[in-house]
Amino acid sequence: MTSGGIEDEEKWLAEGIAGLQHNAFYMHRALDSNNLKDALKYSAQMLSELRTSRLSPHKYYDLYMRAFDELRKLEMFFKEEARRGCSIIDLYELVQHAGNILPRLYLLCTVGSVYIKSKEAPAKDVLKDLVEMCRGIQHPLRGLFLRSYLSQVSRDKLPDIGSEYEGDADTVMDAVEFVLQNFTEMNKLWVRMQQQGPAREKEKREKERSELRDLVGKNLHVLSQIEGVDLDMYKDTVLPRVLEQVVNCKDELAQYYLMDCIIQVFPDEYHLQTLETLLGACPQLQPTVDIKTVLSQLMERLSNYAASSAEVLPEFLQVEAFTKLSNAIGKVIEAQVDMPVVGAVTLYVSLLTFTLRVHPDRLDYVDQVLGACVKKLSGKARIEDAKATKQIVALLSAPLEKYNDIVTALNLSNYPLVMDHLDNATNKVMAVVIIQSIMKNNTYISTDDKVEALFQLIKGLIKDLDGSLVEELDEEDFKEEQNSVARLIHMLHNDDPEEMLKIICTVRKHILTGGPKRLPFTVPPLIFSALKLIRQLQGQDGDVVGEDVPATPKKIFQLLNQTIEALSSVPSPELALRLYLQCAEAANDCDLEPVAYEFFTQAFILYEEEIADSKAQVTAIHLIIGTLQRMNVFGVENRDTLTHKATGYSAKLLKKPDQCKAVYACSHLFWVDDQDGVKDGERVLLCLKRALRIANAAQQMANVTRGSSGPVTLFVEILNKYLYFFEKGNPQITSAAIQGLIELITNEMQSDTTTDPFADAFFASSLRYIQFQKQKGGGMGEKYESIKV
Amino acid sequence: MFQVEKKSSHKFILINPKHFQVPLKRENGQTTMVPLFQNKENIVGEVSIEPTQGKKVEHNGVKIELLGQIELYFDRGNFYDFTSLVRELEVPGEIYERKTYPFEFSSVEMPYETYNGVNVRLRYILKVTISRNYVSNIVEYQDFVVYNYTPLPSINNSIKMEVGIEDCLHIEFEYNKSKYHLKDVIIGKIYFLLVRIKIKNMELEIRRRESTGSGPNTYVETETLAKFELMDGAPVRGESIPIRLFLSPYELTPTYRNINNKFSVKYYLNLVLVDEEDRRYFKQQEITVYRLQETS
Repeated sequence: MTSGGIEDEEKWLAEGIAGLQHNAFYMHRALDSNNLKDALKYSAQMLSELRTSRLSPHKYYDLYMRAFDELRKLEMFFKEEARRGCSIIDLYELVQHAGNILPRLYLLCTVGSVYIKSKEAPAKDVLKDLVEMCRGIQHPLRGLFLRSYLSQVSRDKLPDIGSEYEGDADTVMDAVEFVLQNFTEMNKLWVRMQQQGPAREKEKREKERSELRDLVGKNLHVLSQIEGVDLDMYKDTVLPRVLEQVVNCKDELAQYYLMDCIIQVFPDEYHLQTLETLLGACPQLQPTVDIKTVLSQLMERLSNYAASSAEVLPEFLQVEAFTKLSNAIGKVIEAQVDMPVVGAVTLYVSLLTFTLRVHPDRLDYVDQVLGACVKKLSGKARIEDAKATKQIVALLSAPLEKYNDIVTALNLSNYPLVMDHLDNATNKVMAVVIIQSIMKNNTYISTDDKVEALFQLIKGLIKDLDGSLVEELDEEDFKEEQNSVARLIHMLHNDDPEEMLKIICTVRKHILTGGPKRLPFTVPPLIFSALKLIRQLQGQDGDVVGEDVPATPKKIFQLLNQTIEALSSVPSPELALRLYLQCAEAANDCDLEPVAYEFFTQAFILYEEEIADSKAQVTAIHLIIGTLQRMNVFGVENRDTLTHKATGYSAKLLKKPDQCKAVYACSHLFWVDDQDGVKDGERVLLCLKRALRIANAAQQMANVTRGSSGPVTLFVEILNKYLYFFEKGNPQITSAAIQGLIELITNEMQSDTTTDPFADAFFASSLRYIQFQKQKGGGMGEKYESIKV
Repeated sequence: MFQVEKKSSHKFILINPKHFQVPLKRENGQTTMVPLFQNKENIVGEVSIEPTQGKKVEHNGVKIELLGQIELYFDRGNFYDFTSLVRELEVPGEIYERKTYPFEFSSVEMPYETYNGVNVRLRYILKVTISRNYVSNIVEYQDFVVYNYTPLPSINNSIKMEVGIEDCLHIEFEYNKSKYHLKDVIIGKIYFLLVRIKIKNMELEIRRRESTGSGPNTYVETETLAKFELMDGAPVRGESIPIRLFLSPYELTPTYRNINNKFSVKYYLNLVLVDEEDRRYFKQQEITVYRLQETS
């Protein structure tokens, strides 16, 4: 056998076809003239073309199909011969006189088919004879095609139940026996193909074999079509025999294909009832066989079957499908030492999918699967293989998707252990997936231990893991991650304050390990979450007076204080300051003066020591003023101290306009428009006057430095403050003062060469307001009466 | 009933339209149908002599002979008559018109079968001789065929054997019988115990070994009558290949052992395995072929 080029092969095929057609022509002539002897002679010569060894399976198939068509004509002729009185038994002998075995056996099968149809002999005897005689062809390719021919011509003549060829007793068994035997022989030939020929053509042979596999698999299909193959027969005969052949052939390609075939062609309920047998074969397969795909297919089918109807579920329980599958997978992994991690994990993913679909209520099964996976992974380094990682992510995602509820997953003790085997990046991705699942399903995590478990899962996001220092982090991604953590913190909630406090403590414990980069993201949500708790406690005031109650606002405030302090390490003074103020406000609402004072103190300290940027200072001072204004818990002394501080800092801002604005804002600190708020008109006036002075100074400075008058706007703003306090009834604010201010502004504007449209509009609308109030009449109208515009 | 008829003064024809006839190949290659007899059968017939119109045949007597001859081709012309019987039909005189003479040979000893081999021929003839003075005798021959039938052998063991080439090829084969009749079927199987060579195919040959003469003048001629392919391709260890060979298509004769010390015909089954380099590995086994009495 020389391995010629494709051209040679084309040539040989053409020659084969020519020879075949030539003899077919004479065969037709003989058939037309009812010349049996010549018909046999030329048909045998025609079939001799199939004796070639030079064609690839593909080309050989071409030739075979042509011969097949011709043999149909011959079969018709044999039928007619039999009807004309020619003894079919003689015919059966006659064709066996052919000297060459291959033509002889094709003819024998053809006559055999007619023989069975004639019912002169029991179908089973003829079939048995044919399948036995075919042993004479040991050449793999020729044998496969011959037996395929046998299978083809006998398909509709099996002594199946209900078939016209059914005999007296147990004939289904004969049909099964026949197909099994043909299958076994074909598989042997198919496997042998691999071992014959030079080693360097291994790949080519594999490809060729692959093309032939359906010839072998067809037998299993035929078996599955036999009516008489019921569950018992399948269990006792068909499956054991098929598996025996599969296992014994020790061929990777065949084992994989045939296992897959078995799973695909036979009904699911059969698989379920024979799981043990089927799975028992798996560890016996060659170590290189892709069992994971086979088993995955099986589990997939069983899952679908389970999903098809609730009625079949008891069957699954009855046969302990899960345990069996689980054991089988364990054994396969044990047997295939060289199986890559990805293979093992894929198996577990399939098993998990199966479990989730068939036994959604059995969380212990799920955990068991994860546990087995952990066991397999243990002792191994972190997984580097991208495919394996992907499978692990699939493994971990499956329960989340199924239950739509992370709480369920948190009960799985092995879940975090599996996550530990992911590389850092994937671990994070998985953590984000978990958080997204929580968000999507609006799941509240409501107990401390669950929170603890959850943080175990997402620890990749919470803190730097070992070795992650070297990683280059994308800023955007990092923000995204941390924002999701921040969102997550709001999902940790329990209405019971005690439990909620525990949760907060746990969260705090974890996020404080996050390092300077994460804290700015994670501390605020925690603070707000705690503040929410405080407000809740405050709402149910009466209940929480007891000393032993752990969750008191006081305690929580202490905690908060410490937490915010942590931000100093970042450092993020602006953020800390805001949080202190928030806390102060909450403490105010809880009537905890010392606490509120403490927070303010902290805020001022930060302002003094940490906030150096002038813009930040402006923002900060306005925040302080705004918060302080709303505080009502403070006694006179404390309040004085704080307002004094605030006013002082306001006046010390760098830019004059900023000073001015801060100072006039401070005026509100002395006039709280509440029933029992502070109403110190004098100090209000002082503030405003001071603001005016600063505004003046600012203007002069602008004149000097830029040659143009400065911001008239400041005056307009101050005017508005005047109007406010005037309306609120501050006796110190007189209409005369307002009148003066208006004139001042008017002058300024006239003298100003440059016009500021914004300031003009602002002033104009302020004047319109006064006009409006005057016209409104009533008390307010009277008040405004004296002001002229 | 058997007749020898004389159509003309020179032609005699043996006819017996009712007697069973079989084809017989003549020396010129043509086949004619001739009567069939077996050992101890009575050979009965008539000889008719009819002189040419208006002429008389003058003779020294008319006789008919039954001859069993063995003719060895390498010793041409040397006939050996193992059977020779004579019947006188007419005393010397003259024949004017058609005359018929019945004759009979009773329970003729014909122990050997008619045989047409490569180097030897065994034939039976009836020879009518009209002896004449001064002119050559008028002689006419009529061939007939003798087949001898054997009952089913009481012992007919199978042939079973294990053969091989060390560490190369070991097979075990089995033929269901050692004695086959002419229309028999050889059933058997070949079981491969060890295969280390690349076998291309396997066939079963039927070979005929005809030995003639004796001592230093023994001539042995072997013919292959059948080549029947049993297997295509290379089997592996443990394969078992069936044999089913119908003998009817082949022109076999029974086995003849030492026919009158002149010749023997033996049959062999030759199992041949051919490897991919066309080397042949074979094992030959003698079988006995016999003619089975067909029971009607």
